[in-house]
Amino acid sequence: MNTRTTKRVLPGFRPSLAWTLGYLGLLVLVPLGATFLRASSLGWNEFWSAVWTERARAAYRVTFGASLVASLASVVLGLLVAWVLVRYPFPGRRLVDSLVDLPFALPTAVAGLVYSDLYVEKGWLGRFLVPLGIRGAYSWLAIVLVLVFIGVPFVVRTVQPVLAEIDADVEEAAACLGATRWQTFRHVLFPMLVPAAVTGFALAFARSLGEYGSVVFVSGNMPYKTEIAPVLIVSRLEEFQYAEATAIAVVLLALSFSMLLGINLLERWSRHE
Amino acid sequence: MSVSIDRLSKRFGGFTALEDVSLEISGGELVALLGPSGSGKTTLLRIIAGLESADGGTVRYQDEDVTDRPVRERNVGFVFQHYALFRHMTVFENVAFGLRVRRRPAAEIDRRVNELLELIQLASLGHRYPSQLSGGQRQRVALARALAAEPRLLLLDEPFGALDAKVRQELRSWLRRLHEEIHVTSIFVTHDQDEAFEVADRVVVMNKGRIEQVGTPQEVFDHPATPFVMDFLGNVNVFQGRVESGRAHVGGLSVDYPDHDSGDSRPATGYVRPHELDVVREPGEGTNIEATVVRVHAVGAVVRVLLEDPRGEVLLVDLGRERAGELGLVAGETVWVAPRRVRVFVHDFQI
Repeated sequence: MNTRTTKRVLPGFRPSLAWTLGYLGLLVLVPLGATFLRASSLGWNEFWSAVWTERARAAYRVTFGASLVASLASVVLGLLVAWVLVRYPFPGRRLVDSLVDLPFALPTAVAGLVYSDLYVEKGWLGRFLVPLGIRGAYSWLAIVLVLVFIGVPFVVRTVQPVLAEIDADVEEAAACLGATRWQTFRHVLFPMLVPAAVTGFALAFARSLGEYGSVVFVSGNMPYKTEIAPVLIVSRLEEFQYAEATAIAVVLLALSFSMLLGINLLERWSRHE
Repeated sequence: MSVSIDRLSKRFGGFTALEDVSLEISGGELVALLGPSGSGKTTLLRIIAGLESADGGTVRYQDEDVTDRPVRERNVGFVFQHYALFRHMTVFENVAFGLRVRRRPAAEIDRRVNELLELIQLASLGHRYPSQLSGGQRQRVALARALAAEPRLLLLDEPFGALDAKVRQELRSWLRRLHEEIHVTSIFVTHDQDEAFEVADRVVVMNKGRIEQVGTPQEVFDHPATPFVMDFLGNVNVFQGRVESGRAHVGGLSVDYPDHDSGDSRPATGYVRPHELDVVREPGEGTNIEATVVRVHAVGAVVRVLLEDPRGEVLLVDLGRERAGELGLVAGETVWVAPRRVRVFVHDFQI
């Protein structure tokens, strides 16, 4: 009598699983756990009064509102960019294609500085826009602008491969069946892109929630108006209120996590699988 | 609806896909475009559909010149080799698509789609997505989708090419029956001669952008118009030789060739199908060829005999089971091979 052990075709299952769990633990779970632990040093009432002040609620509104609007705008713009890059061969396409990745590489503080410099009253763009009532610096709009800058590449890079993979014969089939170009896009191509667009939205949204470096330069950080939650955390830290700072972080984490979970479910549903 | 194609030509860069192709297809016919890859059959089909535009020539549906009509105004059904189903739509919605874009009333769409699902024997799978179907089922859905808006013309591009042999066989006879029921003018592209012969009323054999021969399967098989058709339609034994004074002398055989009765000798090729050869034990001057049996094996209903003549040329003979039993051939023995029929093609003068 001998017990048979199942041999796997791919070697190294145990070490790679151990590595994955170790990585997750050390780099993700331990810091997150520490955040919760630190926040729990506050009593329930202290916690509540730290995270639910009027200023904090305004900061959550600005953070989530601006991120939502910016990510939606990123989806529209990113779809457009991906469409152009995949569908139309034009001179310099490779160059444009690599430019898309630039926001990934650029320190976001630089983006923030440049944006605020462009859109202030005396800036290159601001001198035309501010008289029209469009304030692209030190305003809610300014936050959205930089978040779009940061979010678009996520959408482009998730949609692009899916778009490239759609065979021409699907469009030809739609045309044979009598669909106009618009109907073909609306009913055939767009629905095929939805799952990728939702993923791109989720990535851009998640990135926007945590964005600090650029926003801090363009928003003006006016409490109740253009102060985002991460800036509020930093200002609490500067007041040496570490527990209060982590409490706000916990709220931010919980909200983000539940929203991302929701988006993931939405994405799975949109794939029809 | 009839289709007439007049002097179509099409080039892709330096490659000539179609050259001066003319073809008449009458209403209700089921026609196969048969040829090797690169013969221009798919290009011809796509130009008929309007998915590709010709460099020259015209396409008419009935009496209407549609050469410059966009595909979506032509009302043709097109079935693609890889199905091209909309993967985010259910089977029902796929079939309904052509009716929805035409803004037909919902009740009519419902009735028509269910009718078609019945026809393709997938009535119970309307709610499934294409990824949940087998290849054969997907192609049937693609066909139902193409038929939904009652097209004037049904075009199929290698419709069974991506399916395995058994499913392909089933779908072939199913397509034939379907055509007998609905009688829409249909053209399908294939590189498989069995498929073309089994399904089509008429076969159009194409090669290098030109039509080699048009005819019923019987005509094309029994009276190949060109050496290419002879060669393309299954195994054939080839004998090189010459014609002069009303006789052809090819590979040790001598047959009448009244079409060339002048005294000048011209190179020619003789073709004999394996089933048109018999094996005998006596030599005959000019009527049979000496050969050595190399291998004998049974393939289904026939016995295939592989022989080699003294010059080392390989001969292939298909014998009936009974005839083979009578002969009792053994590898290594010397016999004589006698053709019942030789087709001779005189070479064109070419420099």
